[in-house]
Amino acid sequence: MRADFSEQIDGESRVLRFTGRLTVARIGDLPARLDALEAPPRRVDLSAVQRVDTIGAWLIHRLVRDHGVRVEGASPEATRLIEQVGEGDVEIKMRPEVGWRFPGVLSRIGASTMHWFSNLKGLLAFFGGLMIAIGQLAREPRRFRYNAVVQRFETVGVASLGIVGLMSFLIGIVIAQQGAIQLRQFGAEIYTINLVGRITTRELGVLMTAIMVAGRSGSAFAAQLGSMKLAEEVDAMRTIGVSPMEALVLPRVLATTLMMPLLAFYATFVMIFGAGLLCWITLEIPPATYVIRMREVVPLTDLWIGLIKAPIFGILIGLVGCYNGMQVQGNNEEVGLKTTAAVVQGIFLVIVLDASFAMFFASIGWV
Amino acid sequence: MHDPVITVRGLRNAFGEHVVHEDLDLELRQGEILGVVGGSGTGKSVLMRSIIGLQEPAAGEITIFGKDFTDADEEEGLKLRRRWGVLFQNGALFSTLTVGENVQVPLREFYKHIDRKLLNEIAGFKVAMTGLASEAASKYPSELSGGMRKRAGLARALALDPTLLFLDEPTAGLDPIGAAAFDELIVELKQTLGLTVFLITHDLDTLYTICDRVAVLADGKVIATGTIPELLALDHPWIQEYFNGPRGRAASTAIERERAMGAGA
Repeated sequence: MRADFSEQIDGESRVLRFTGRLTVARIGDLPARLDALEAPPRRVDLSAVQRVDTIGAWLIHRLVRDHGVRVEGASPEATRLIEQVGEGDVEIKMRPEVGWRFPGVLSRIGASTMHWFSNLKGLLAFFGGLMIAIGQLAREPRRFRYNAVVQRFETVGVASLGIVGLMSFLIGIVIAQQGAIQLRQFGAEIYTINLVGRITTRELGVLMTAIMVAGRSGSAFAAQLGSMKLAEEVDAMRTIGVSPMEALVLPRVLATTLMMPLLAFYATFVMIFGAGLLCWITLEIPPATYVIRMREVVPLTDLWIGLIKAPIFGILIGLVGCYNGMQVQGNNEEVGLKTTAAVVQGIFLVIVLDASFAMFFASIGWV
Repeated sequence: MHDPVITVRGLRNAFGEHVVHEDLDLELRQGEILGVVGGSGTGKSVLMRSIIGLQEPAAGEITIFGKDFTDADEEEGLKLRRRWGVLFQNGALFSTLTVGENVQVPLREFYKHIDRKLLNEIAGFKVAMTGLASEAASKYPSELSGGMRKRAGLARALALDPTLLFLDEPTAGLDPIGAAAFDELIVELKQTLGLTVFLITHDLDTLYTICDRVAVLADGKVIATGTIPELLALDHPWIQEYFNGPRGRAASTAIERERAMGAGA
């Protein structure tokens, strides 16, 4: 039966007579009606109530607390329950305090700036740690973990051939098609080959590969190392005397560093292939002409630019991934956050560095 | 008076070739605390998961509050689910919500008409009832210690005022003082709220101090159910080793000492 109450005036005092089940499931609009009472009652009669749970008891407690009503006819269980919930009558906050709005924004900008700088500093220190580990390994080359490195080559390099290839093929087609549409207006479709050849070898081949590797391997590094850190595997390694830098970080960074140029070269080649296919089909440029023209218009320095950048991007991606993974502490949510951070920072730093490289190569005359 | 709240008949659970339960029977009576024990890998948690409907049994019949839960359709199942609370091993609090908000989740889900002020008050006394400080309500689970997380999980399990409570190793990972306090809390809540408790544990002290009966899981079934003296009278090697091993004896003498001191005072 639904919880209900009726208000009666008994002499001078108002009495609330409750009926039904005072339980969360049957309470309905009772709280609102109690709040809307015109005058505070003096007494509460619970003798007709069938069952009381903590929420019903709380409502009665509230009447006692706010209006000092006397409770009558309550069963021993109900009395005890009302007492119990009354003991738990404490002010609580549902959320931690947040500051005033405007300084909040400012302080947030400040905090994230500080965070970026400390992150950069940490990354630099991490790079230093890696260099020390390499130095130690150079003195004792027997400790080098060939198996771990080769295994990373497989996951970072060989396993990503398919996806990198497909991506590059499609990007090649898109560049050629978009370029051809614009150049056709000047009757200069043949320059599509210049466009494709130069942009893929200098920029897009390595940049798109770097983005793919950051998304595929950088994130995986952060997640792997992060969960190892949470499970105290990294601590266990240190106690046994194995350096995590040497066993976990070095093979991964080495893998991205060495695989990036290979993948970037492969990606460039597939992009040129895709573009060539489109040129053949829509612009009717035969493959032989395409290849000859490509050799004429793309200087070798363009290829060098791409291949010089690739290992540097590789170091960066591997380093950022491992660094973020090693930063994990506390809970599982952190693993997700750091994995995201690894990808975002990795791609961001790659693009910043790429812009600096563009300036640099232009200034030394490799245009 | 002692109607069974849960009756499990002929339960069978298997993962591929690996059979966890075969022809398992169990009964949980109104108002009791039933301790479920068994070696690691005997399927204590799987049994709990089948009873609360997280694991579909391969065969068998589970009756809860007199209704066949294995046959229940979704709506009926949901109605039944409101009548029990579950405390998972590590609290299983929602990590993006504060403790107070965690307690409110079931209330918000099932009783949308309750206004915010009352919801906050309810969260407040639930948190206080489980022995947490009021500051804990605005904290996130990651900021809590293991013991506090379990209390917060218990507060959420009790949000809808269930009459049936499932506890999965509530004292595992707590220090002895915290574990004893948690045991006391369960007994106290059981008395005030009239709970029936299904309790999985490895903690011999918990078994001795708060359990009315103990069910022993071995070889894929419940091999015995009864009070600890009743179990000790049985001649099963695992039960003998469990309760008469060094740890079992230590727990039982500690309880006897405590009772003697209680009688003396």
